[in-house]
Amino acid sequence: MTDTASAARDRKPSQFRLVMTRLLRKKSVLFCGTMLLIAVLCALAPGLIAPQDPYDQSLILRLKPPSFMEGGRDGHFLGTDHLGRDTLSRIIYGARITLLVSLLAVAVSTATGIAAGVAAGFYGGRTDAVILRLIDMQLSFPVILLVIAVVAVVGPSLTNLVIIMGLSGWPRMARIVRGAVLSVRGLEYVDAARAIGAGSMRIMAYHIMPNILSAIIVYASFELARMILLEATLSFLGLGVQPPTPTWGGMISDGRDYITLSPWVSLFPGLAIGIVILTFNILGDELRDALDPQLNHE
Amino acid sequence: MLRYTVRRLILTIPVVFGILVISFMLTRLSGDPTDLILPPDAPDSAREAFRRINGLDRPLISQFGTFVVNVFRGDFGNSLRFHEPALSLVMERMGATMELAVAVMAIAILVGIPTGVVAAYMRNTPVDISVRGVSLLGQAMPSFYLGILSIIVFAVWLRWFPSGGRGTWLHLVLPATTLSFQLIALIARVTRSCMLDVLGQDYIRTARAKGLSERRVVWLHALRNAFIPVLTVIGLQVGFLLGGVIVTETVFSWPGVGRLAVQAIYARDFPVVQAVVFLFAMIFVLVNLIVDLLYAAVDPRIGYR
Repeated sequence: MTDTASAARDRKPSQFRLVMTRLLRKKSVLFCGTMLLIAVLCALAPGLIAPQDPYDQSLILRLKPPSFMEGGRDGHFLGTDHLGRDTLSRIIYGARITLLVSLLAVAVSTATGIAAGVAAGFYGGRTDAVILRLIDMQLSFPVILLVIAVVAVVGPSLTNLVIIMGLSGWPRMARIVRGAVLSVRGLEYVDAARAIGAGSMRIMAYHIMPNILSAIIVYASFELARMILLEATLSFLGLGVQPPTPTWGGMISDGRDYITLSPWVSLFPGLAIGIVILTFNILGDELRDALDPQLNHE
Repeated sequence: MLRYTVRRLILTIPVVFGILVISFMLTRLSGDPTDLILPPDAPDSAREAFRRINGLDRPLISQFGTFVVNVFRGDFGNSLRFHEPALSLVMERMGATMELAVAVMAIAILVGIPTGVVAAYMRNTPVDISVRGVSLLGQAMPSFYLGILSIIVFAVWLRWFPSGGRGTWLHLVLPATTLSFQLIALIARVTRSCMLDVLGQDYIRTARAKGLSERRVVWLHALRNAFIPVLTVIGLQVGFLLGGVIVTETVFSWPGVGRLAVQAIYARDFPVVQAVVFLFAMIFVLVNLIVDLLYAAVDPRIGYR
């Protein structure tokens, strides 16, 4: 009994704690983490944070500049759009659509990519060849064109967007996963597992997956940034979640007609997009470094 | 080299087939193309006639066969909006798109590669750190937002450049620089990391040891060896570029294929959409083929297996 207790105390900290400690030492991670937390809070409870109703229109308050500029109104910190709706509140509500669509799309692309990548890397041979050809085929289309064409045909509902955006991302994930599987497949512990009679499924789930997980997590965080960009582009082109639901891309597009006199209508939603993407890119970079056992972390 | 070329050519056949299948399926995705093209209140007799004329009553495989034959004859059908052959509509605008694409690539390469070389050479100095910072920013800014920002600053406030349209080279400046921004960021980053690899090699030390000037070592010996991976990345970015022109042309009202595609999508003009999808994918396949062959020609280690 005392033996196990002391063993537990002497045990090295878990991989998770190790990575977290490395991450939290960095100022950039703390900053990005805070930004991310704010975005998530906006997405979860916009009603508690937003100062105004994002759908509330007012003809008198059309295209008002931000309250810190001349001519601005109290209560409309970032000004109003062409229908007199509060920009700050719409940005806060817009976080919900952006994060929801991108997270679900990444989930779809990651799940499909893992399935295809593990199958290709683990079975090899003909399965590998077919999946690689499929990857090449899809990567030979400009993603945006394919996505907008398909969305235009099937209609821009939330479900359609998630599925189409998700499927647009699987080939890259599959490539990463396949490469990672290939690098661990020939290792001794996989042979050992097979020698004691583990089936293919068991080997893939319990022996290969845990060892390629960090590559997947890192890639998924970059993929999330890419999906946010894609969602914003689609909404900008009018093929995202439809108005009056506020989306950041849609808000920029709304403001386009007024950029001569009221540039702020487009300005602030774009800043929101930029900050969120930057956050995920930096977090992805830091995560990659923190998960890399070969890097000197002292 | 010949064997490699032939093998590489054969490998593109299934990809081209896939492109054909996807372009064909585009209008079949929602079930019946009749619903996409005819107005919702069209009488059933009109629907029947439409199906018969366009061969939609035949089995899918035979429809696909006709589609493939027509594509190879350059026939994507007539645009539903302009009543002209879809392909000639696309080709008319291809010049404008190529002009933009070439300008973007030229700016990206001419700015990106030197920036990457300098950043690698001055590693961890303020220069390097600011290059990395700007390139992180470049990746975070959607190109359409950057486009709108540049219109606000350079067209509305400073009045240096027109805000849209095509004509003089002044019209080209804003769309080309906004679209190249992300590419510059990427090319600079890749060049930087390749240069860092190369600068640590023995032959660089040899070159220095035999008394070559630092400038010669960096720009000739090192850059030449770092160039190959950079070339591949540039080849892969043609896909990004073709996607990017769609958005950029829309923002700047550039009369090219991308804008045509977006308008065709809004107008549900599917023959034009199919033609653009197919042509863009083919351009991408072709460019990657050329890059791969160039790659094999430049680097003797590739292909002889």
